[in-house]
Amino acid sequence: MSTTPEFREHRYVLNMGPQHPSTHGVLRVILEMEGEYVMDPQPVLGYGHRMHEKMAESRSWPGFLPNAARMDYLASLIYNHGYVGVVERLAGIEATPRAEYIRVITSELNRLQSHLLWLGVLVLDLGAFTPIMYTFEDREKILDILEDVTGSRLTYCYMRVGGVVRDIDDKFIERTREYIKWQRSRMPMYDKLVTGNIIFRKRVEGIGEFTPDLARRYGLTGPVLRGTGVAYDIRRAEPYSVYPDFDFEIPTETGGDCLAAYLVRVREIEQSLRILEQALDRLPEGPFLAKVPKKIKLPAGDATYAVESPRGELVYHLTADGSEVPYRMKIRVPSFSNLSILPEVCRGMLLSDLCACMGSLDLVIPEIDR
Amino acid sequence: MKDYFAQIFTGGKSLLVGMMITLREFFRPVVTVQYPRERLPISPNYRGHTILVRDEEKPEKHRCISCKMCERECPSGCIGLQGEKREGVKGLVLVRYRLDFTKCSLCGTCVEVCPTDALDYSNEYRHVGFRREDFHYDLLAMVEEQK
Repeated sequence: MSTTPEFREHRYVLNMGPQHPSTHGVLRVILEMEGEYVMDPQPVLGYGHRMHEKMAESRSWPGFLPNAARMDYLASLIYNHGYVGVVERLAGIEATPRAEYIRVITSELNRLQSHLLWLGVLVLDLGAFTPIMYTFEDREKILDILEDVTGSRLTYCYMRVGGVVRDIDDKFIERTREYIKWQRSRMPMYDKLVTGNIIFRKRVEGIGEFTPDLARRYGLTGPVLRGTGVAYDIRRAEPYSVYPDFDFEIPTETGGDCLAAYLVRVREIEQSLRILEQALDRLPEGPFLAKVPKKIKLPAGDATYAVESPRGELVYHLTADGSEVPYRMKIRVPSFSNLSILPEVCRGMLLSDLCACMGSLDLVIPEIDR
Repeated sequence: MKDYFAQIFTGGKSLLVGMMITLREFFRPVVTVQYPRERLPISPNYRGHTILVRDEEKPEKHRCISCKMCERECPSGCIGLQGEKREGVKGLVLVRYRLDFTKCSLCGTCVEVCPTDALDYSNEYRHVGFRREDFHYDLLAMVEEQK
């Protein structure tokens, strides 16, 4: 802990977390305070460490499928997608076109529910209780749709190498279309209730500002980076799956503060709805699971697969030595890099603004600890 | 001074707009389900813990052939089953099928590898117990109890 000696008598150390309502999980931040001002916030990680990377090295590769969903509980399908993607790339297997479309549809639904939850809890952290009730009503609709096709509500294990577990049916398509209409009708309400609210704006405008340069230095990705004006999205920068087929925008803002990250995410909800609509229209017929051999040996070599999680760039790097068990698996998670900017940005900030800043980073702690 | 009143005005207006939205919620249908007293219908595709499928045509009322494929493939190692050789019966007879649900992560590998489709997901989602052993399910006893 860096404390300058001449000010030491005015300073005190405040422990925030690991069970603090606004740290969303088990993040602990040691704050060096001067009055109400945070002078040196130091995140302490590892309370939710489950050694996922080591687990990947100690069992045959299909055994890691359920683990992939448990790193980020809000984007399980996207983590599933990344994992089956890297295995497919290494083993040279191609998923069927219908499976790729189903993957995109379910991933986008997953992204939407993550953004909706984030919207609710950010405002909750800032002291407004009502919006989370509304976002949960919307989110529940997505969870019901996904439950019907994947069989679970949070930690999905839906994707398999070569395709998905279960095909989507007309009922799913109809329900998703209904949901898209519903969500579009709700967005003006959120605009008025949250974006237009004067207290909310005063709490987030100009808080936690940073430049694209700083964001690059810390490896920030996702909506936080796009909030500084950099249109970097893996779905565009390194297209995977069938994303190149769709017409969608990468929303950016130039503020670089909490408000910019907020606006980017809200606009992303609309873009995800657009992708969903197009994917449902163009859904090809055919098998939902490619014909793959029962036992797949991973050929020696390595492969990398990057996907865009709701929080940023998620990269799986898999090294194999020719057996069924991976030799090494490296997972680059977005929240870890996003959190690393906290000590830099939050120095000299009010404690209540720190909560806003952490809320806008959209941290998922199990993903950071792995 | 003028700025001061302008701020009060915009603040008050934004408060009223928010209040109007919440007020409208009073007249919308209630979405909350009072869980223990009310229940939503569960999707038939819901994946609860695995069960042995009851098959009336088989003499043992299930299709398990004790090949131990599920036990071998399970990433969490939560399945323990045993078959025994009986006189006059072809193949092995299942005598024990234990599922340690405390370890199971519901990945579905066992259901997918089963050569005879003997396993399926149940629709059970209410698991309550005071001891660890309450979640060690005996699937064979479950399938025999079913009528």
